[in-house]
Formats: sequence, structure tokens, C-alpha cells
Amino acid sequence: MTFEESERLHSVPPSGIRRYFELAEEQDDIISLGVGEPDFAPPWSARDAAISSLERGQTSYTPNRGLRELRERIATDARERYDLAYDPDDEVLVTAGASEALDLAFRAFHDPGDTVAVAQPCYLSYVPGATLAGADVRDVPTREADDFTLTRDVLEAAGAGAADTLVLCYPNNPTGATMTRAELEPVAAFAREHDMQVFADEVYAALTYEHNHTSIATLEGMRERTVVFSGFSKAYAMTGLRLGYALAPAAAIESMNRIHQYTMLSAPTTAQHAAIEALDNCADDVAGMREAYDRRRQFVLSRFAEMGIDCFPASGAFYVFPECPWANSDAFAEALIEEQSVAVVPGHVFGAGGDGHLRVTYATSLANLKKALNRIETFID
Amino acid sequence: MNSREEILALLRENARYSTEDLARQTGLAESEVEATIEDLETEGIIRGYQAVVDLDETEHEHVRATVELNVTLDRETGYDDIAARLAKFPEVQGLRLVSGDFDFQMEVEGDSMSEVSRFISEKVAPVPEITQTVTHYIMESYKERGVEFGDGHEDDRLSVSP
Ligand SMILES: Cc1ncc(COP(=O)(O)O)c(C=O)c1O
Repeated sequence: MTFEESERLHSVPPSGIRRYFELAEEQDDIISLGVGEPDFAPPWSARDAAISSLERGQTSYTPNRGLRELRERIATDARERYDLAYDPDDEVLVTAGASEALDLAFRAFHDPGDTVAVAQPCYLSYVPGATLAGADVRDVPTREADDFTLTRDVLEAAGAGAADTLVLCYPNNPTGATMTRAELEPVAAFAREHDMQVFADEVYAALTYEHNHTSIATLEGMRERTVVFSGFSKAYAMTGLRLGYALAPAAAIESMNRIHQYTMLSAPTTAQHAAIEALDNCADDVAGMREAYDRRRQFVLSRFAEMGIDCFPASGAFYVFPECPWANSDAFAEALIEEQSVAVVPGHVFGAGGDGHLRVTYATSLANLKKALNRIETFID
Repeated sequence: MNSREEILALLRENARYSTEDLARQTGLAESEVEATIEDLETEGIIRGYQAVVDLDETEHEHVRATVELNVTLDRETGYDDIAARLAKFPEVQGLRLVSGDFDFQMEVEGDSMSEVSRFISEKVAPVPEITQTVTHYIMESYKERGVEFGDGHEDDRLSVSP
């Protein structure tokens, strides 16, 4: 028999957002608050650097770990912004998006029978990533009462201490939650007590609005047990260029690179040239986009408050996570697309703890947000 | 950014934001937004509100030129005096003292090339302190006040994505 799906793959269901994508595609004047990427184009100087590199014919493979100049700038940026100290020689790995880095880490550090605890609701790739690596997944649902932060309580309630790995993502997709250093302390203590490794997805680190981002890897005793994932997709609006990276102790990077060198060789070269320029000269562009997101965030939170829809004050990424006005969030999201041509994604799609909520992306123009929220208001009346 | 700077940044981005929408974006009360705008206006920080128009797309013909002006000063006449005199002409849309090879950069608008030329030769050149004028007619405008006149960045994102 040909193409018989592996058992591992068989246990990975098709993506839960597919259905909403199909419904939205059928609508003509759809305003989508259902996307997971910026509405901006990358800073022009980064695009220009990519074009120039193509003109110079710089289209060969790069070293497996990424261009040396890029790794140096990534290390400098991580140190200056987040107080993360990594050696560009052997503690930085440049990958095809944070997505690839996550996949490498799941495969590099798990055997069948290992357990990965995943703080949820969360980005859609962690559970399949762990499953395809042969690991078992333990759901750790966070709670609206905690503003969707990860607490010792929910870790204990989920029995996360038995897991080998803890995956967390702050600022969070889909909730927009962030965590302060004080809130991260008990999580770090929990990981140390149970001798867990931590996968910290920090792709939204540049997009916080109430306090600066703290990486869990900067907490005591955490650097040696943490892989930090980040990239250029969100802060620099470079999603389609597919560039991310992992920061970790040398031995971990060496393991991940052993998969990467066979399966990817090197991350996209053109994107690496754009990224060098992005880190050298685009801090103002990032600040400008951040400001725009913050205004939209406040706008959306104000509008939901005016409509009487409960929404915790999300403070990062470009998502808010209001409570769904109907008991059935699937029915709500479907009817909203069909009757008002506004797309949002039901929270349960993003895993445990997300039910009863909607993910609303504000990475779209204020004019669109205004129109979409007026339509939502009409819809719930 | 304090609330004044924030309001100013938003109005420079889009002067048509309603008070309500400014309040929602900044977390200020509508009354605070109104008071802030009033202060900015009375202090002369906000001098006006205008649409950014692509004149080539309108029915009416418009001619615009930037004019470089060189002047000589004397004990009685300074830059400000010359500027005050020139700025009064309704044809003059912009007037700036600049560094470099010439003194003033002036923007002039009219209905036709001959009208603009006549204005320069009959009203501007005869001003005694003005020693030289160089007129550049604007042939095509690609970007005005931060707004690109191209087709813009199309939203090509998938309508729903993770
Ligand atoms: C939390 C999170 N992690 C990772 C990614 C993927 O990032 P990349 O484009 O770098 O692969 C996304 C994209 O939506 C995300 O939201």
C-alpha cells in the first residue's frame, strides 16, 4: 500500500482555522480580524537591502547557522533589548522562521514517551510539533481570571511537573497576554524544581504596550534550560521572508543545527540580508508600527467596552481575546462572517482554555477596524 | 509620548479622526481631547487642517512650481521682511528660508503656466531685494506630505491565518 500515513501524522488533525478561512474566502467585502500577521510591509530599507543582495547575486547557501554578520547583530540586539547574553559563534541558530526552530527543538530533544507541557491557548504549531516528534502533549490551560498568564496553580493543576518540556509564548498569540518578570518567577521556579527544559516562543517580544518584555531565560538558573525562539516576522513585518532564530546554550544549538544542516542547509539568504539591514537601521520603523498597534489596541478595547463585551486588557502582540457574546463561539464566528462579512477566530481553536472567547486581530487599518467593529455592534444588537 | 504629542501625531496622520476616535485610541476622555486640540490651536502649534490632494487626478488644471529666490539684505530689510511681503500673495502656497545656494524656496500655484510665469515676473522679480529667481515647474508628483500617490500596498494576506 502506498502513502499510508504514519501513525504520528495520523494523530495530527487538520488545522482548526481552515474552516473559517474557507468561509471568509467566499465573502466579497470581508474585513478580516482573523489574520496572524502584520498588515504593514517590511521597512523599505530592509526590502531594499534584499533587492540589492539579489542584484549582487548573493543567492548561495549561507553557513548552516546563518551569516556571521547576522548572528552578531542578533546577539547584540538580544543583549541590548532583553539582556539576553548569547555567543554569536555557537549559541545562535538562524532558521526558516521561528517555525523551523520550534520544529528542530521538538525533534532534537524528545523521544517517544517524553511529555511536552504546552501552555494554552497558544499558537497552532506546538502541539503538532511535539506530536510529530513522538512526544505526548499535556495541555496546560491558562485562565481569564489570571489574564491568561501562566501561574504555578495552573501548572500544578495540569500536572505539568511530570513533563520534560514546558512550552510558553508571551506576548501570546491568541490572547495578547504578556507576563512581567514577577509573574515569570514562579514559572521559572516550577521549571527548576521539576528539572524541565523550557521552550520560550518570544516572536512578539518587540510588541508590548504596558511594560517591556522580559525573557524567562534571563531569570536565575533558566538560561541553561531554555531555548528562546524569535524572528523577524512580527516586529519587522517580514512574515513571507521566512526568517527566525533560536538562542540557546551551545550544546542545544549544536543538536538543533545537526537536524537543520540536513533538512534545511541554511535559512533563506535574501531574507538574511534584509534582516541585517533591519537590525542595523530599522528601529524607528519598528517603533512606528508598535505605536500604531498600540492605538488600534486601545481603540478596539474601548469599542468592546462600549458594546458591553468583556475583554481583559491584552497588552502585547496584536490580538485581543474578548469573551464571545454567544455560548457557541463557532456559530457566532460563522454567522458573523456570513451576515456581516467580518472574520474572527473562535478561541477554542487555539487549545485548552480558549473556549468561550474570540481571537480578534488588530493588525489592520483603523478605518477597517472601525468598520468591522461597527458591524459587530450591529450584529450583536 | 504625552497626550499633546499623541494627539498631534494622530492628527498629522489623519486630521479627520473624530474626537471620539481620538479618545478611543489614546485612552483620554473626549473632553480632554477637545481641550488639548483647542490649546494646540490657540498656541499656534496647529495652524490648519488640509486634505492631501493628487491635483493631477482632478478635472481642473493646476500648475505648480517651486521657485528659488536669492535676495540681498540691507540694514533696514531682513529675511522676515521680505518673507512677510511675499507670503501675502495668494499664489504663494509655501515659503521657506533654506540653507545652500539660494535663500528662499517658494511654492507657487496657479491655473496655467502663463499665469504662474506672469506672477513671478510681475510680482516677485520686481521686489527690490530679490536678485534672482529660478522657477521649476512641477511635472509629476509622487509623494506629498508623506502620502505616496502610487497604487499603494495591497493587502494580499490570507483572510484567516494562525
Ligand atoms: C506565537 C507564534 N510563534 C511563531 C510564529 C511563526 O513565526 P515565523 O513566521 O517566524 O515562523 C507565529 C506566527 O503567527 C506565532 O504567532
